[in-house]
Amino acid sequence: MAEPSAPVAWYLRAMVRVQLTRHLFTFFPGLEGKAIEVEAATVADVVRSLDALAPGIGFYICDELGRLRTHVNIFVSKQMIRDRHALSDAVAANDEVFILQALSGG
Amino acid sequence: MSSRILIGTRKGTFIAEKTSRGWCPRLSGHAGSGVNFVAADPHTGRLWALLGHGHWGAKLSISDDAGATWSDAGAQIKYPEGARFIGQDMYEDASSSFGVGWKIRTKPATLAKLWVIAFGPEGRVFVGTIPGGLFESRDGGASFALNLRLWNHPSRGGDLSQGDAAAETKWFGTPASEGGDFAPGIHSIEIDPRQPDRMLIGVSTAGVIETTDGGKTWRSRNKGMTLDHTPEPDAEWGHDVHAIELCKGAPEHVWQQNHTGIYYSRDGAATWTRVSKPENGVRFGFPVTTDAEDGRVAWVLPAEGDNKRMAIGGGLFVARTDDGGQSWRTLRAGLPQELAYDVVYRHALHNDAGSVAFGSTTGNLYVSDDRGEQWATVANNLPPIYSVRFA
Repeated sequence: MAEPSAPVAWYLRAMVRVQLTRHLFTFFPGLEGKAIEVEAATVADVVRSLDALAPGIGFYICDELGRLRTHVNIFVSKQMIRDRHALSDAVAANDEVFILQALSGG
Repeated sequence: MSSRILIGTRKGTFIAEKTSRGWCPRLSGHAGSGVNFVAADPHTGRLWALLGHGHWGAKLSISDDAGATWSDAGAQIKYPEGARFIGQDMYEDASSSFGVGWKIRTKPATLAKLWVIAFGPEGRVFVGTIPGGLFESRDGGASFALNLRLWNHPSRGGDLSQGDAAAETKWFGTPASEGGDFAPGIHSIEIDPRQPDRMLIGVSTAGVIETTDGGKTWRSRNKGMTLDHTPEPDAEWGHDVHAIELCKGAPEHVWQQNHTGIYYSRDGAATWTRVSKPENGVRFGFPVTTDAEDGRVAWVLPAEGDNKRMAIGGGLFVARTDDGGQSWRTLRAGLPQELAYDVVYRHALHNDAGSVAFGSTTGNLYVSDDRGEQWATVANNLPPIYSVRFA
């Protein structure tokens, strides 16, 4: 699972909302229609928390090295994350994290 | 005789069952997802599907109710931390007249494709992957581990976990992963039923590799194969094996469809003899399947290749030998002979007790219940078919 590149103090953790692409509900139908809120300081924390809610989803979003999969994007509010390797981008209270796939043909 | 055919396609898992009206296919699961291979563990009855979700990576899926419902396996295939391999990356190179160059570098391994699964006794399950991993379970699939003896084999540069290789790899690549990365892939795993510690694997592009001690040591089994398209035709490594299958009842008989032709071994893959008949169009192709009792009998799906990779002359046919490749019969009855340009992938031909089935990337599924003499069309509009297995 993804690890932040630097330790982040626990008191920086905040509740953030998570929006998932509908595509992921195909594999994790239990998440559909739920308001997802997790406590996190980084995007890596968000993915870890999501994996606790829906075991296995972390390996859909990231590969076994914790890197964001090539054709998956994460936005924190309206900003695409910069650290696709360790997902160390910070999240703050009231942020909304969007996890979606890049569009592709076929 | 099996009354069920498991079918992996680009858009889901299908199951065909034999009824009084013939073979009837239906969608079983994974609608919309790529399914590289579907097989049943004969010891447990569990169905396994090897998925390629594209965006979301490769996943193992299982069904314990004959395909009525599927779920992700509890243990997924993941390369262990520190697993590295020598890979080739293409990059833009203005100094090259081609505009691109190849960079060889040691890089961390992550799962690019689940390609084949095989089942041994006592809970042993094996999965072949891209990039070039053989994962094994000794608890029925509850956990998997990368076979490090093969991963660190001298033919691919040795143990790279602590640094770059001193040697170079002899395992080249295939672009067959969903992402198109160029990396080696294990697509065939053949377990000797009489001696389960003996196993042959087929690697694109390295060759045939054998263990006789349950995976502790591995050696090449490429003697007699030729690399026609390279400067070193009799090289030990680098062979483009498309598929191998051994005869379950007489495992000294092993068949291979290779990029350079069809090969047959009567000594357990110690030596190979090329048995193609190019004058009959029997040379290039991807799959091969052999009878479970009579190892001299095999079926192939000839294609025009390797520069075209399509059915020859617009007419689809299967070729069968009954005499170890000395002669081949071309079997066309019931198969389309006009405007048919189907391609049949390496896992999409299988036989069981006189029945033979194959599926094409055009979504056609054909079955013969008389060893290929007469064919019946089972489906014409399936998604592109990746695997066909009686079970």
